[in-house]
Amino acid sequence: MKTLKLPKSKLDFFAAVIQQFGEVHAPVARGDEFAFERLERWSDARLDYNRTILPPKKYFLPPREEMFTYTADGYVPSTEGLDQKLVLFGVHACDVYGLNILDEVFLDGPHPDPYYKARRRNVAVIGIDCIPDENCFCRSMRADFVDKGFDLFFYDMGDAFFTLVGTALGDDMVLSAASLFEPVAPQDVAAYKAHSQAKAEMFKLDVEIRDLPEIFEMEYTSAIWEELGEKCLACGACSMVCPTCYCYDVQDTVKLGECAGSRERCWDTCLFSSHARVAGGENFREEQSDRIKFRFYHKQRGFVAEYGRPSCIGCGRCIVSCPVDIHVVEVLNRLRGVAHVA
Amino acid sequence: MSPNVLAPAPQPAIEAVRLGNPYAPHNARIVGVQRMVEDNHLFTFRFVDPEIARSFSHRPGQFIMLSIPGAGEAPISISSSPTRPHVLELCVRRAGRVTDALYRMRVNDLVGIRGPYGNGFPVEEMVGGDVLMAAGGLGMAPLRSLLWYTLDNRSQFGKLTLMYGGRNPESMLYRNEMSSLVDRPDIHTLLGVDADPSGTWKYHVCRLADLFDFADIDPRTTHAAVCGPPIVYRFILQRLLKLGFSKDRILMSLERHMKCGVGKCGHCSIGYKYTCIHGPIFTYWDAINLPEMI
Ligand SMILES: Cc1cc2nc3c(=O)[nH]c(=O)nc-3n(C[C@H](O)[C@H](O)[C@H](O)COP(=O)(O)OP(=O)(O)OC[C@H]3O[C@@H](n4cnc5c(N)ncnc54)[C@H](O)[C@@H]3O)c2cc1C
Ligand code: SF4
Ligand code: SF4
Ligand code: FES
Repeated sequence: MKTLKLPKSKLDFFAAVIQQFGEVHAPVARGDEFAFERLERWSDARLDYNRTILPPKKYFLPPREEMFTYTADGYVPSTEGLDQKLVLFGVHACDVYGLNILDEVFLDGPHPDPYYKARRRNVAVIGIDCIPDENCFCRSMRADFVDKGFDLFFYDMGDAFFTLVGTALGDDMVLSAASLFEPVAPQDVAAYKAHSQAKAEMFKLDVEIRDLPEIFEMEYTSAIWEELGEKCLACGACSMVCPTCYCYDVQDTVKLGECAGSRERCWDTCLFSSHARVAGGENFREEQSDRIKFRFYHKQRGFVAEYGRPSCIGCGRCIVSCPVDIHVVEVLNRLRGVAHVA
Repeated sequence: MSPNVLAPAPQPAIEAVRLGNPYAPHNARIVGVQRMVEDNHLFTFRFVDPEIARSFSHRPGQFIMLSIPGAGEAPISISSSPTRPHVLELCVRRAGRVTDALYRMRVNDLVGIRGPYGNGFPVEEMVGGDVLMAAGGLGMAPLRSLLWYTLDNRSQFGKLTLMYGGRNPESMLYRNEMSSLVDRPDIHTLLGVDADPSGTWKYHVCRLADLFDFADIDPRTTHAAVCGPPIVYRFILQRLLKLGFSKDRILMSLERHMKCGVGKCGHCSIGYKYTCIHGPIFTYWDAINLPEMI
């Protein structure tokens, strides 16, 4: 992969140059938290953020999206907004990993999702390295580094950014500001490796994921699920903020008095009781304990069977957002613990 | 920061939303409605676009997504056999928003259909062996596509046995069609009702599972395809296992809530499988290895 160096003093120039590739969005402060938003001015960008409230999935799977309009003559696909060029500046490695997992579901296989695909084509991703806080466990989930899914990736090396060029578009961005970049010197490589080593030791949360699927099978009837089911409020926050929760609901709306309207999809979660209800009112996940177990099971066990790794990337958002302090790492470590969780 | 975008580039990605969109329903016209039992009609459709009408093909056991403008979308099994491609028949029970709206429509009205989806029955593996088809109640809707597939490709299969049971004669789907099979020598057809209050029933009056007493089935050479409500699975599976069926020769069709049909929306999950792409046909072995299956 092409690697370059961007002196930090040149970052402002580079940010100005990449506007030609699309509207620039980056993390900005929202009270004590951060959110990806359109930048009014470059100085609003907070590249030192820990995590955004919502992950970048909102740009690729919007909370609400019109899929079709219909009239008496049939359904017409909606394309509004799909061609908008954006540049997401400052996406952390775990969140890029989250997009790569969404890619496997939405792009691979016999029925690629054309809405997602169009947005993924038109939204450029510039990644940036980060310092883990007390709720990060991406290293345990093997998502603390990414080798694809971004156009450019910046590693903070003190006075410069070590820059990985991931795509031809990324290369165009670099070339459009070629004079700002410098070649990488041997001491930069040494510095990168030292940095990587130091980062690995900063994580405060850890969970061993090897053979976790087997443990999930063995603890399927564990009492821990009842306990979590009693605690969980079914607010759905953990799914909404999760970079790899992608379930959606589809609704048709009718224009009053006309045979016309639209079909929209919107975020949904397996934690709502309506999720697995079928005709006749039967519900395959009757209890909240069934539903919260399902969420854990699908992310940590089901994805391993289907895609060879858990879908959780260890971003810590669900830990921060849960109003009753359900903590994913605590749950996994209790399941893993030596004692059977009876 | 205001974007200063280069000249607009051609957008093949947007074209893929307009053309080849897997969620786009194709216009289809209702060409026939036939009442079979109370709140369960057989609807026949023809695609408006001749190219789609020509290219649409399916496997027995697959389903489509039926759209009624304004009401929404619902998964419905294809009840006709791919061996009779000129018709697309759906046997629809009136259950809620979409199906209610369909029941208000008339011949010539337009609906949307996309698909087919799901794995369907593993007919390639079944070829050369015997087939037992067992359905209870509305389970005949998905099973009928396999029934006619095996009959229309009769020479490819060994012995065929059909067991179909319902509460009473009035609740039997395709009643005349099923009766007409009883005299066919190339399939052993066993029809049973739990009760016959009207006294019009010429066949067995017994539980569906009791029809096994009249059948001659070799579990070593037979695939069993079972469709019906959960109660049917319970009793039929017991009988099949007692007969010595291997768990991966028992095939069942399962229903879950579905919003996309193509493995994206997450609604149809069972354990970690999606009914819409890994199913709706599962072996009994799959079933007992996935928590939450039945
Ligand atoms: C693979 C597959 C194949 C199928 N094949 C057939 C077939 O061949 N024929 C057939 O008739 N059906 C079939 N079905 C079932 C059919 O898809 C359902 O009956 C579907 O729900 C009908 O859609 P609807 O909009 O008419 O009903 P809905 O409006 O979805 O309502 C159906 C029922 O679900 C319950 N329900 C739904 N939402 C709620 C809610 N928010 N609160 C409380 N209760 C609720 C209600 O009890 C209602 O009676 C199949 C399903 C699957 C998955
Ligand atoms: S489950 Fe929690 S920690 Fe894992 S990816 Fe989702 S929000 Fe992040
Ligand atoms: S955020 Fe917490 S309370 Fe809300 S649904 Fe998730 S686990 Fe339950
Ligand atoms: S119906 Fe959407 S994933 Fe199966």
